[in-house]
Amino acid sequence: MARRPASTLLFDGSEWNFATLSRTYDAIEAIAIGEMGLDVYPNQIEIISSEQMLDAYSSVGMPLMYQHWSFGKRFVFESQLYQKGYRGLAYELVINSNPCITYLMEENTMPMQALVTAHAAFGHNHFFKNNYLFRQWTDAGAILGYMDFAKKYIAKCEERHGLNAVEEILDSAHALQDHGVFHYRRPPRLSSEKVTERARERLEYEEQTYSDLWRTLPTAGGSSGIEEVEREALERKKALNLPEENLLYFLEKHSLILEPWQREILRIVRVIAQYFYPQSQTKVMNEGCATFVHYSIINRLFDQGKLSEGAMLELLASHANVVFQPGFDNSRFYGLNPYALGFAMMQDIERICTMPTEEDRDWFPTIAGNGNSMGTLIDAWENHRDESFILQYLSPAVIRKFRLFRLADRAANKFCEVTSIHDERGYSAVRAALARNYDPVANRPDIQVVDVDLLGDRQLRLKHVIKNGILLEESNRDATLAHISRLWGYEVSLAGIDASTGKVLYECSSTGA
Amino acid sequence: MPNFIDRRLNPKDRSLGNRQRFLKRVHEELKRTIRDQIKSDKIIDVDAAHGVPIPKRGADEPSFQHSRTSGERHHVLPGNETFSPGDRLKKPETGAGGGRAGPGRGENTDDFVFALSREEVLDLFFEDLELPDMVKLSLRETVSYKSHRVGFSTVGTPSNINVGRTMRNSFGRRMALRRPSEKEFQALADEIAALEREEQPSPQQRHRLLHLREELEVIERRRRRIAYVDPVDVRFNRFERQPLPNASAVMFCLMDVSASMGEREKDLAKRFFVLLHLFLKRRYERIDIVFIRHTDEAREVDEETFFFSKQSGGTVVSTALEEMLRVIEDRYPSNLWNIYAAQASDGDNANGDSERCAELLRGSLMRLCQYYAYVEIIDERESEIFGSTDNGTSLWRAYRTVDSAVPNFQMTRVARPADIYPVFRKLFARHQPVQLRR
Repeated sequence: MARRPASTLLFDGSEWNFATLSRTYDAIEAIAIGEMGLDVYPNQIEIISSEQMLDAYSSVGMPLMYQHWSFGKRFVFESQLYQKGYRGLAYELVINSNPCITYLMEENTMPMQALVTAHAAFGHNHFFKNNYLFRQWTDAGAILGYMDFAKKYIAKCEERHGLNAVEEILDSAHALQDHGVFHYRRPPRLSSEKVTERARERLEYEEQTYSDLWRTLPTAGGSSGIEEVEREALERKKALNLPEENLLYFLEKHSLILEPWQREILRIVRVIAQYFYPQSQTKVMNEGCATFVHYSIINRLFDQGKLSEGAMLELLASHANVVFQPGFDNSRFYGLNPYALGFAMMQDIERICTMPTEEDRDWFPTIAGNGNSMGTLIDAWENHRDESFILQYLSPAVIRKFRLFRLADRAANKFCEVTSIHDERGYSAVRAALARNYDPVANRPDIQVVDVDLLGDRQLRLKHVIKNGILLEESNRDATLAHISRLWGYEVSLAGIDASTGKVLYECSSTGA
Repeated sequence: MPNFIDRRLNPKDRSLGNRQRFLKRVHEELKRTIRDQIKSDKIIDVDAAHGVPIPKRGADEPSFQHSRTSGERHHVLPGNETFSPGDRLKKPETGAGGGRAGPGRGENTDDFVFALSREEVLDLFFEDLELPDMVKLSLRETVSYKSHRVGFSTVGTPSNINVGRTMRNSFGRRMALRRPSEKEFQALADEIAALEREEQPSPQQRHRLLHLREELEVIERRRRRIAYVDPVDVRFNRFERQPLPNASAVMFCLMDVSASMGEREKDLAKRFFVLLHLFLKRRYERIDIVFIRHTDEAREVDEETFFFSKQSGGTVVSTALEEMLRVIEDRYPSNLWNIYAAQASDGDNANGDSERCAELLRGSLMRLCQYYAYVEIIDERESEIFGSTDNGTSLWRAYRTVDSAVPNFQMTRVARPADIYPVFRKLFARHQPVQLRR
C-alpha cells in the first residue's frame, strides 16, 4: 500500500486543539461550498463539556431558556440515562440561528470533530438556511434575541407576581404547546426587539391607567334592545375568527381572565413552539441531508489525502452506527431511523441521477440520468418536507433495501394485517402510507375552537375532528381540558366528531377553577 | 474561518435552578418516600445520598394525545423477511402494532430512580424535626481534613514538583548513562574554535580538527538522546488528607421492644437515634453504635433486629442499663471513648425497677457518659395531659430525680417528630454560656 506523504494530513491521532479544528474546518468548507455548492449561515462553533450538553438537552437545545420545573425533570431523566450508560450523548447540537451555532463535545476525538463539523456546521446549516419551511416559518436571525427577551421577561414576571403564579401559567401553556402553532398560515415575523419593547410599554401603561369606572358607563342606545346585542355578538364571533386551530393564540387574544403579562407568557410559549414546528416535519430530510453531507465530505477529504486511514476507519464505523436500521423484530428496533432512511434515499437519488436502471426511468422520468445529482438534491432539500419528500422520492430500490411492509392495525381486531410488502404491487401503497405517517396533520389530534357564547355562559366550545376513529387518551385529555379552562376562566367543552360520518362520538367538559 | 468559542469554562449548572424547581414541585411526594426509606435504612445511612423514584403525581405534563387503543392505523416497518400481503400477525398483549413509544413527553417513568444528594435528603429529614436553622447548618457541616506531606510520588500537579528530588534523580541518571557534561562539550568546542582560528593549519592539526568535529558530533548526539531532565526523574510532593485528630465516640441506643411499642413509637425512636447520630458524626471521626433492646431481659443486637424483630415479655428497664455497663467495661473504656446514650421507651416499667434505674444512672453510668438522652414516647392525646407536669409513669418520675441532679442528662416526652429536638437542645447549644433548660 502506498504511503501518503504525511504533510497533507489535516491532523494525526485523536487529540484535537483549536489549530487543527480550524485547519479542518477550512478544508471542509472548501469542499462544502466550493465543490458541493452548499449555502450556509456563518458558523459559530462552541466547545462544551458533557455536563453542558446535558444542560442543553433539558432546555430543548436552546442556549437560553426560561426556567421551569419540567426542564429540571427532563434534566434529571437525561442525566440518569447518561450516567447509567443507557444512552450516550449526542456528539453535537446545532441551533437554527444566524449565525448558526454548533456545539461540539470536548470528549470527541479529532476525527469525530471533523465529522460533526461537516454534519452540523454544513449539513444542518445548509438545510436550515434553504429549506422552505424554515425560511417561511422561522426567523433564524431573531430567535436568540427573542429567547433572551423571553428569559428575562419570565424572570421579571416571577419577581413581580411570584413563582407559583408564573408556574401555573407555564404549566397550562406547556400542555397546549402542540396546539400553539399555526399550521396553515405563516406566522407574523418576530418583531424586532424595539417593537416588542414598545408594545410591552404600552401594555404596562394601560395597566397603570386602567380605571374600572369606564366599564360602568351605560351604552348610548340603551333601549334599542336585544337585536343590537345579537348583532354585536355575531360581529364579535366573526372578529374572533372562528374556527381557530391555534388554541394558545386564541386564549392569548381572547381569554376573559388573563392579565397582560399572562398573555405575554402564552405568546412566548407559542412562539417557541412555532419555531420548532418545521423541525418536527423535517426529521428525515434534515438528518438525511446532514448525514449525506458529512459522508460526502469525509470521503472527499480522504481522497484528497487529508485524512489518515485510521481516522477514516473510525469515521466509517461511527457513520455505520448512525445509519444502522434494525428490523422491526429486532430488540433494538425503535421505529424507522431518520438518519438511515434519509441517507439511503439521498444516496439513492444520487444513483438515480447518475446510474439509473430501467425501473428508475419508469418511476422518476424527470431526474433519472440527468447527471446532476447535487443539483437535484439541493432542489429537494429546498422544496420538501418529510411527507412530500417521501411521496416524491422513495424509490422501489430503497423500499427493497429496507424491506418495508405496511401493516394495518385496527383497534377492534386482535391481529394486524400485512397489506403490502416490497413488491411490484406494494411499492405505491407502502410509499403513500409511509409518507402519511410523516404528515404532522395525521399524527396530531385536530382540535379547534369552534364557538364561544360570550353573552351567555361564556362556554368555550372545542371540536376534535376524529380521523380513522382514533380517540384521545382520556386522563390526559381531561387534565389538558382543565388547563384550558384555567386559562379561559369559564367552562370549556370538547366534542369529538367523526370526520367521515359527522357523528358525535364523545363529549366532555371542564369547569373553570 | 469560523468563530470558535470555548464554552467549557462557562458555568455548568445551568439546570440546577430547574432541578430545584422540580424538587419543590414534588416535595410532598419526596418527603414521604424519604421518610419511608429512613424507616428501613440503617441509622448511619441516613446521612448519605439517596436514590428515589421520580414521583408521578404532580410531575406529569398532560397534553392531548392519541389513544393507542382506538381507531385504525397503518404502520410501515422495515425488515420484512417472511410476510406476504394478507398475512395476519397476532397483536402483543400491550401496545399496538410493532412500534414502541419512544421517550419523550409523557414517558413512562415508573421504574426510574434519581439521586438526591445528602443535603437534599437531610433537608427533607429536618423538615419534620423542626430544627432551628443554626443546628441544621452545623449538622450539614462535613468534617475538615488537613493535608499532610507524606513522601513523594511520580504523579501530581506541576505546582507540587519537588525540584530538589527531581534534580537529584536527573543527576544520577545522567551520571549512570554517561551523558557528556556541559564542561566536556565546551572544552571540545573551544579546542575546535582554537584550531579553526589557525591561519595555516598543519596536516596534523587538520586531522585533529576533523577528529574533534566527529567527536563533538557524537557528544551532541548523545546529549540529545539522553535528556537533561527526563520524565522518569520528576518527583512530586505527595500530600494525604488526614482528618483532624478527634477522639472516638460510641453511641448506645437503648429501646424498650415490648409489645406496647408499636410501629409509630419505633419510628419516632428511630428519628431520635438518627438525630443523635448525625450530631455525633459531625464531631467525631469514628463512631460505634451499640444497640441494646430489652423487655424483661436485655441483649445487644444488630440494627435489623433492633428495629424490626418482635419480642414478648414484661419490661425491666434496669436490665438494659446493666447490659450497657457491661458493654462499656468490656469494649469501651471511658478514658478512650466518648460515650453517648439515647434511650427510648414508652415509660412502662416493672414495679420498683424505676428506682433501681435512677440509682444505676446516678451511681455509675452518668459518670461514664458524656451525655444521656431519654425520650418517653407518648400518645398525642396524652401529651396535653402530661404537658409539663412532673407526674407520669414511674420511670419518668424516677428519671426526674436524675435530671435535676446531673447536668448532662436530658429527658423529654415525645408525641410528634417535632418534639424530639428539645431533648438535644443542650447538645447543640454547647458553646453558649447560658445553659438552656426545657
